[in-house]
Amino acid sequence: MTAVLDFLQLHIEMVYVVILSIFLGIEVIGRVPSVLHTPLMSGANAIHGVVIIGAIIVMGKAEPDNYLALVLGFLAVILGTLNVVGGFVVTDRMLEMFKKKK
Amino acid sequence: MGSASSILAIAYLIGSVTFIVGLKMLSNPATARKGNLIAAAGMFLAIAGTIFLYEENGRKLGNYGWIFAGLAIGSVVGVLAAKKVKMTAMPEMVSMFNGMGGACAMLISIVEFNHLVHGGAEVNIVAGFKAIMAGAEYNAFTNVTGKLLVILLGLIIGSVSFAGSVIAWGKLNGKIKDFAFKGQHIVNLAVLGVILVLMVWLLVSAHHTSTSDYSIDLQINDAGLQLTSGGALAGLSAFFYIILILSIAYGVLFVMPIGGADMPVVISLLNSFTGVAAACGGFLYNNPVMLTGGILVGSAGTILTILMCKAMNRSLKNVLIGSFGASAKSGGGTAVQGNYKEISLSDAAVVLRYAGKVMIVPGYGLAVAQAQHVCHELEKLLEDRGVEVNYAIHPVAGRMPGHMNVLLAEADVPYEKLEEMEQANAAMPTTDAVLVLGANDVVNPAAKNDPSSPIYGMPILEVELAKMVIVNKRSMKPGYAGIENELFFQPKTSMLFGDAKTVLQQLVAEVKAL
Repeated sequence: MTAVLDFLQLHIEMVYVVILSIFLGIEVIGRVPSVLHTPLMSGANAIHGVVIIGAIIVMGKAEPDNYLALVLGFLAVILGTLNVVGGFVVTDRMLEMFKKKK
Repeated sequence: MGSASSILAIAYLIGSVTFIVGLKMLSNPATARKGNLIAAAGMFLAIAGTIFLYEENGRKLGNYGWIFAGLAIGSVVGVLAAKKVKMTAMPEMVSMFNGMGGACAMLISIVEFNHLVHGGAEVNIVAGFKAIMAGAEYNAFTNVTGKLLVILLGLIIGSVSFAGSVIAWGKLNGKIKDFAFKGQHIVNLAVLGVILVLMVWLLVSAHHTSTSDYSIDLQINDAGLQLTSGGALAGLSAFFYIILILSIAYGVLFVMPIGGADMPVVISLLNSFTGVAAACGGFLYNNPVMLTGGILVGSAGTILTILMCKAMNRSLKNVLIGSFGASAKSGGGTAVQGNYKEISLSDAAVVLRYAGKVMIVPGYGLAVAQAQHVCHELEKLLEDRGVEVNYAIHPVAGRMPGHMNVLLAEADVPYEKLEEMEQANAAMPTTDAVLVLGANDVVNPAAKNDPSSPIYGMPILEVELAKMVIVNKRSMKPGYAGIENELFFQPKTSMLFGDAKTVLQQLVAEVKAL
């Protein structure tokens, strides 16, 4: 129990960021028309690709003889990039079609 | 030294802001595309900053060759996949990309766990000494336990999201069929329970082992310290991999019984899961942009999931627990049976050609047949001959909300011709002929009349109010929800069997010949 409390205290700023971000996320997309549900989901999908940064850090600090970290880190970088790049491009393609009809 | 990390901090700040602004702009049709590009630019900044400016304990990142190779492979494959995918297959694609993000979080957790086990504690001890020297109360063991907690959460959520998204992808492209067995909910809950119990157990034992080991070896030296702590934690790694395997199994079991019609909701939910998994990485690396990006997607994704459920007038609980297929079988006994009548192509062409007002109701069948272009051709042809043609768009027609809008926009159907459900329903009584193209559940009157129906309560397009209804389907097979549609047996309704694209091409030829 004390471990949890200490952890919270150590990271209290991040806990604040988490709680504020939760409310922000709710407010920001509160009134989205149903037509935009799919592109918005796809855009959000690309944004959580930010996990790629973790993959880059893992890869970047892997020791040259630590094959597990090297191989898994490399895979993680590829998958994370797929998420980010593919996500943004697919979203753009969807929205490009919306634009045409105006 | 210091300047590099402060520039990085600013890059992360800008990144976080672009994510917020991007999401905000994505929820408005006029600004959506720009919003996506802004978020992408922020992401690029954050990634580039991490590669060149990130340092940990004064050490910069290495392995640039690997990093750039990974980025290059991921970008090329990602762009090609995203550019080549057909409009109909976009939902699957989103699901697949989401799964990749989940897998990425999962892999990070695996590597970081091994790092923690094999001497990663060194950093904590140094930091702990520093903190104690500075007079602060600092508990190095807490830090190990806290780190392990975040690693485990990232592992569990990431792998559930990964496995679930791959199953959702397979279901949407028809490679995986619905699969449910008796008592599956209980099995699912049990698996989840075991995962959580193992997680807590692992945390508690890691806390105890690390605490006792450190307290013995604290007087010796750094090297000895690492060795002991490593050995003790390594004994727990078997449980770590059991958690990994169970989480993947849970992801599979969780999505398996949910019907294809509900996949958009599931993908949206898994999307927010991946967001939370990314945020765990934010905690792990004290990285604000991962934290804000991840949590934003986590909360916005959850709200979006609920909004999607609302558009279908169903509760999230209903989608997740009352798996569609199972309840449909019990309710299916009361299904209407009777005679339906077919209409010939030439008769259908005559009806459409001499109608004053025609309403086209597109559905998944149109998307599958890739018939949006020929559909637009028929619409133009009829308009040229003085028929007023509009499209009635149900919010969840197709496989995802907005699917039909995107599809028809691809074929250059003018925006004004797409009518939303309320507008379209108001126009139904004055419509002469409705042409239903591969839509089923969204025009099923059971949603209004039959309380035992699994789709009861879902708002539908009330096509039976029009003077005549022509339904194009490939066969009499029920739609994705797996339920009969009494609309097909009503006297006003005529069936026009065949693939949407072929039928529309023939209709175009027939109308031209008239």
